[in-house]
Amino acid sequence: MTMTATTDRTLPDPADRRAAAHAFIAGQARWRWPEAVFWLVAAASLVIFPHSLVLAAQVLIAGLFALSLDLILGLGGIVSLGHAAFFGLGAYTAGLLAAHGWNEPLTGLVAAGLVAGLVGFATSFIVVRLKGIALLMVTMGVALLLHEVAQKAHAITGGDDGLQGISMAPILGLFSFDLYGRTAFIYTLAVVFACFLVARRLYNSPFGLALKGMRENGRRVPAIGGSIRRHSALIYTIAAVMAGIAGGLLAQTTEFVSVEVLGFQRSAEVLIMLVLGGAGLLYGGFVGAAVFLVARQILSGIDQTYWFFWLGLMLVLVVLFARNGLLGGAKALLARWRRA
Amino acid sequence: MTSALQTAGLCRNFGALAVTQNVDFVLPVGARQALIGPNGAGKTTFINLLTGLLQPSAGRIRLGGEDITALAPEMRVRRGLVRTFQINTLFPALTPLEAVTLARLEQRGASRRWLGALSGQRAAIDEAYDLLERIGLGADALQETRSLPYGKQRLLEIALALACEPRVLLLDEPAAGVPARESAELFEVIARLPRDLSILFIEHDMELVFRFAERITVLVAGAVLTEGTPAEIASDPQVRQVYLGSAGHG
Amino acid sequence: MLLSLANILFNGVAYGMLLFLIAVGLSVTMGLMGFANLAHGAFAMLGGYVTATLMAKAGWPFFATLPAAFVLVALASLVLERALYRRLYRAGELDQVLLTIGVVFMAVAGATFVWGPSQAPIRVPAYLTGTVAIGPFDWGVYRLFLIAMGALVTLALIVGLERTRFGAMIRAAVDNPRMATGLGINVDRVFSITFMLGSGLAGLGGALGVNLIGLDPSFPIKYLVYFLIVVAVGGLGSIKGSLIAAIVLGVCDVAGKYYLPDTGAFIIYVIMVSLLLWRPLGLFGRR
Repeated sequence: MTMTATTDRTLPDPADRRAAAHAFIAGQARWRWPEAVFWLVAAASLVIFPHSLVLAAQVLIAGLFALSLDLILGLGGIVSLGHAAFFGLGAYTAGLLAAHGWNEPLTGLVAAGLVAGLVGFATSFIVVRLKGIALLMVTMGVALLLHEVAQKAHAITGGDDGLQGISMAPILGLFSFDLYGRTAFIYTLAVVFACFLVARRLYNSPFGLALKGMRENGRRVPAIGGSIRRHSALIYTIAAVMAGIAGGLLAQTTEFVSVEVLGFQRSAEVLIMLVLGGAGLLYGGFVGAAVFLVARQILSGIDQTYWFFWLGLMLVLVVLFARNGLLGGAKALLARWRRA
Repeated sequence: MTSALQTAGLCRNFGALAVTQNVDFVLPVGARQALIGPNGAGKTTFINLLTGLLQPSAGRIRLGGEDITALAPEMRVRRGLVRTFQINTLFPALTPLEAVTLARLEQRGASRRWLGALSGQRAAIDEAYDLLERIGLGADALQETRSLPYGKQRLLEIALALACEPRVLLLDEPAAGVPARESAELFEVIARLPRDLSILFIEHDMELVFRFAERITVLVAGAVLTEGTPAEIASDPQVRQVYLGSAGHG
Repeated sequence: MLLSLANILFNGVAYGMLLFLIAVGLSVTMGLMGFANLAHGAFAMLGGYVTATLMAKAGWPFFATLPAAFVLVALASLVLERALYRRLYRAGELDQVLLTIGVVFMAVAGATFVWGPSQAPIRVPAYLTGTVAIGPFDWGVYRLFLIAMGALVTLALIVGLERTRFGAMIRAAVDNPRMATGLGINVDRVFSITFMLGSGLAGLGGALGVNLIGLDPSFPIKYLVYFLIVVAVGGLGSIKGSLIAAIVLGVCDVAGKYYLPDTGAFIIYVIMVSLLLWRPLGLFGRR
């Protein structure tokens, strides 16, 4: 993006410069080849990893969840320790609907997004008033509250044992979920990609610019007439919808929900995935989710304890040495290589 | 003479310390007025009170005919009361084009459109670009703000304020930290702004103050000492004693 | 009815004292450096394991292990502070949260590796068990002991903070670090020492807590919320606030479990969220 900028200095004619300005803004939203590669590889999993499609779908779902956190953290600058609240709400909405006979997947997902979005909207007014430790505690507190409710409403949710009796109807009445997870994977990929397109559009929208401004210098935003509270409330709600859809996808594709979807561990894990991959970059959540879940698959196969240790170490190292995550590090390397 | 901005009995205390004391202040429409006073006189506090960054302990603020004392900072900006900051308060990773476009989007009420492309906001981008061109930042519009030389960042501060369609512009040491030659240029830019815009500026360099201000308000220890034309202020024995005599500002 | 009410108050206060012992150090250090240390519970856990191990493996008497828990944990915290935390004092909250969550995970894994995943056994001296009858009620001896310890530590903290030179330095530094630096106080050193003392107290609290709330490697995660509630609700850096918040939390928790066993920790979270909405800086917070 700096390339247009450097050539621009040589344009003597203001009319050309104005055209360059428009081209610059449009250019930021242009698709780049690594993005195409990323989604092609994701789609090609169907052929490359036919036996790991369940894991691949998990990565996509976790990636979508992390992307939704990226919207509030990477773009909005709101640190949440309770983002699982919305993931869990979506999962339970989709799961409960299906367990009680409404097993059409797409409408189930819409409902999941709506319920999570409504709660997100309601809590956004609380969240935007707080910062610092109070913000951490309240985001965490809301998730813990819901976790506690789900745990105690054992008769409805099944508590720790999980919600029984979810079975999904064929997608669009045509494609049944199969044992190998092929349908589930394709379904997940399609939904996740659609959500990603929305997030990408948001990233390159007027609101996306407003959020970048807020992240860069929140104090200045009111001085140019922007309302931090209203911006924050909107992005928090949108992110809640997206997290709800991710949760709904998990419930539908695994046909299982337990209280764990609302737990602190899930809130912490999604934060870790995002930061590991790189916050504020749109793809960081997916990269982080892939590395995290594959690493867990391998390491916890050896011993659960070791996994916790490596996870902790990974976090410490990322914070100390790779503040922009794997993707941010790769970008910096690439930029250095280009300059050389 | 109608007032663009007016305060009545404005006070602000920090604990037992009164940093603004009963200030009655009038900024006439079209003013080119300077606010001077020794360090710690409460000049920036006064601006912060006017813009809503601080809440007054007592007193009222009126913008045009409207009482704005209780309004949030961004609502004051929407009504045309806009400021710049003494220390650069910019968006380091954004380009000037993006920053000023953002300010235009906020004014147009388009900053929460999240499903349309930014590139579709052609009018806002055009306005932003024209403003940058007018203020002399046209060639730098696409550089990251943090890579701009300091003087140009100061200009961008002013550009951001102008993008908010101010009726009243409060400039908190617009040339702070800029070399003498460049600071005169900066004030030339300010002097060329439309006459219907009312401007109040804080400045330490007395040469600049006497060159560009048509009226001067002297603030000492949070209270207005006196107010008048540059000639009146220059010959005021009180000012000479309290401020010019003892100050020694560089 | 009356009996159970007194019982609940008593048990709640004892539990609250324990929470206070563990969390007060976190409150002071967070107030002092604004450092969000989510790994504070790991210090308490370490204290618990020091006591359990010294008693089981080395045959130390219970009371002898308490100072050991304090000192060893304080030293361990100093190492951690020098090696990791120090680099992040000026970093954002997110970095601090992530780093300290990382430390928690490593501590959990480490504890599982060294001490195994199950509950650590501990046998406190016989004279600390059972109950005594005072007036119409029976009182648990260990809980009385806990309350006494809590009161003692509170007294020591108040006297230490109000009456000593070092206490004055801490108060000045919490109040206004820049001003304190201007007055020639070495805020960095003050913080290091405060951090050690606070962690040491957590270690002591952890050691005392084994007999009441148990000890296993998931301790730092399980009780993290409780410590944070004490700090956030009490207000950063406020000893009085922490004490009140801890006791209210302890009583509410015990009462909730007794009267409304079905709602569990629900009430606690509702109270916490609404309190923070009412006063984002906590009951006694000023910044």
